[in-house]
Amino acid sequence: MTSESNNSGSNKGTVIALAIGAVTVLLVVIGTVWPSQSALANGGSYVPFLASFSSSPEGAVNGLLGKIGRHDFASAYDDLANKSQFTEPDFERDLNGTYASLRTYAALTGFDVYPQHSSADDAKIRVNLHWSSVVGGFSDVRDLDVTKSGDQWRVAWPVVLEAKVPPQVIPVNYLRWDVIYRGAGDDWGSQDVEAPHVRIIDMHPIDRGGSVVVLGEILNEDTVPAFVTVKSSLLAKNGSVIATEDAFDKISHLLLPKQVTPFRIDFRGVAMSQVDSIRMDPSSSLIAASADPVIEIENQKLSPLPNSSLSGELLNQSGQVANIAHVLGTFYDKSGHLVWVSDEYTNRALLPQIPLPFTVALPPDLAGQVATYRVVTSTYISSPQ
Amino acid sequence: MNRCSAILLGLAVAVAPLMAQTSAVQIPKTVSAGSSFSIGTTGSGDATLYIVGPGGAFERKVQLGNQVEFGPSDITTAGHYSMFVVSSSSTESAQFDVVASSAPASISFLAKPSRLPVSLHNGISGVAYVFDIYRNLILQPTPVTFQLSSAEHTPQSRTETTRDGVAWIKLDSPASAGSTQFDAAAGDVIAKRVIEEVPGEACNLKMSAHGSGQRIVLQTEPVRDCSGNAVPDGTVVTFTETYNGEETTADVPLKRGIATTDMPLHAGAVISVAAGVATGNEVRWGAGQ
Repeated sequence: MTSESNNSGSNKGTVIALAIGAVTVLLVVIGTVWPSQSALANGGSYVPFLASFSSSPEGAVNGLLGKIGRHDFASAYDDLANKSQFTEPDFERDLNGTYASLRTYAALTGFDVYPQHSSADDAKIRVNLHWSSVVGGFSDVRDLDVTKSGDQWRVAWPVVLEAKVPPQVIPVNYLRWDVIYRGAGDDWGSQDVEAPHVRIIDMHPIDRGGSVVVLGEILNEDTVPAFVTVKSSLLAKNGSVIATEDAFDKISHLLLPKQVTPFRIDFRGVAMSQVDSIRMDPSSSLIAASADPVIEIENQKLSPLPNSSLSGELLNQSGQVANIAHVLGTFYDKSGHLVWVSDEYTNRALLPQIPLPFTVALPPDLAGQVATYRVVTSTYISSPQ
Repeated sequence: MNRCSAILLGLAVAVAPLMAQTSAVQIPKTVSAGSSFSIGTTGSGDATLYIVGPGGAFERKVQLGNQVEFGPSDITTAGHYSMFVVSSSSTESAQFDVVASSAPASISFLAKPSRLPVSLHNGISGVAYVFDIYRNLILQPTPVTFQLSSAEHTPQSRTETTRDGVAWIKLDSPASAGSTQFDAAAGDVIAKRVIEEVPGEACNLKMSAHGSGQRIVLQTEPVRDCSGNAVPDGTVVTFTETYNGEETTADVPLKRGIATTDMPLHAGAVISVAAGVATGNEVRWGAGQ
């Protein structure tokens, strides 16, 4: 009886193992023959004999974007119909960015293909490329012309050529602050430099999708630059802390004297009804900082629904390349009350004197309340040029 | 001190209060820290001398009837000390104080704040602790001279005498902006601090504009507070151009007292300037300009 029972269990195990193996092989085959777009974008190897990409307009686009996703720019460039119009480095700079911009470190995580028009010899296809970066994702919409050449379809890439500034010398009166702190070996009576004085000049909690969002603005009222952070704690009626969050990157951390930054603190999953009071905890510290580069924000305008947003152009007035620019938009109602704070990182480097467009999203349901706005920007520079 | 000595010392301390004080040892009531002194003993035979106080515990074999000599480096820490002479037949005890040397050797100087507005009454405070060369707080009244000086104004100077080793002062911040040296001096010793007087908000902010190709060049006059002090470089001045429902803004830090930028040239554009809470003049760029 015992021996039979053991044989029966052993047979069942073999059957299960064989079944798992068969299902695994089946899934591998399915995934290889019909790969998803994201897999194509991220795949480390390309299997040309399994996917005849260039036999249709969509196939040609999918094939091209797959190569771009794998950073196989040379092969992608070879496939283009209009490669005589620009060089391969131009093509690569368009997609990969320059000067260590956000785009340089971003990965193509997927794309959407929208056929707009198609005939026997040409087609127009809109693609939405989804890039991911350390500060979130961004999209890149391109309209592609696809033409048939022989029995193959080829994509004409609408390259965005990098604007260039003529060689020149831009004089800059460089202004920066350095800080000498109290040393470890100093006497206990040695005076240390004081932290900058900062003040929250506005704070306004709102209920947003069942969660609490704290909006506000903070001013550096001192005469030295400040590195600021804002932390907020939601308190229940009994005084206990429900949650504590900080503004993370929804703030411009470096404030020059008399400069104001908005901040936004999101408390996901905490309902306004739970909250009795809010404790704000701004902090500041001295920081060695530079007053440059000065970034002008040109042609700011609000776009109405359905794509409510605030757009404009950043213009770097200095001669120094800013690798990444962070744009913060503050939106107010007619009474001057804060309505929303949102931000965007530019995915291309901010080159001297070259306008760079930006768009800061505004939630559609709040668009009707917005009467005025204010835009601030901060830049990240990897190393002096 | 070895374990045996410690036990002996403990026993000596324990029995000392029970014993009659015969003052068989002669010791000065006060000794200056870091000075030589001697302790006289009476009687004969061997004994062990213990001294216990803030500077530690000392043990020395002595011959009763002789003077026990201490050098300058033996006791340098000020405070109240107890002394025991333990022999086979008796234990003698005495108390004495080690006081700081009266010559100041260092000052711990707390000056607050490091930055403050100009012309602030009693805005600057200074507290000086005076120490001797062995870092003992000098409790004897000692004059400390506080002085606030800069190139722009006549120095403010006042002398305060320490109480229990501490002297303090409150001073008005000068009317002119800039860095001020704040000193505390006792004897030949001086401690220096730097206090920065900062101007107030910008006042009477004015800018001018002129066309340059397709751009308008905007420049403020030297930005000053209402007392005429130059607002510090780095202070942000915001230029705003409004035209046809669109805005162009630039946050420009002051450099050498002025802020300058350029913006797109549009006939009919309105340009304003502000720094902190101060708003300046407005320029309407006409078609003919």
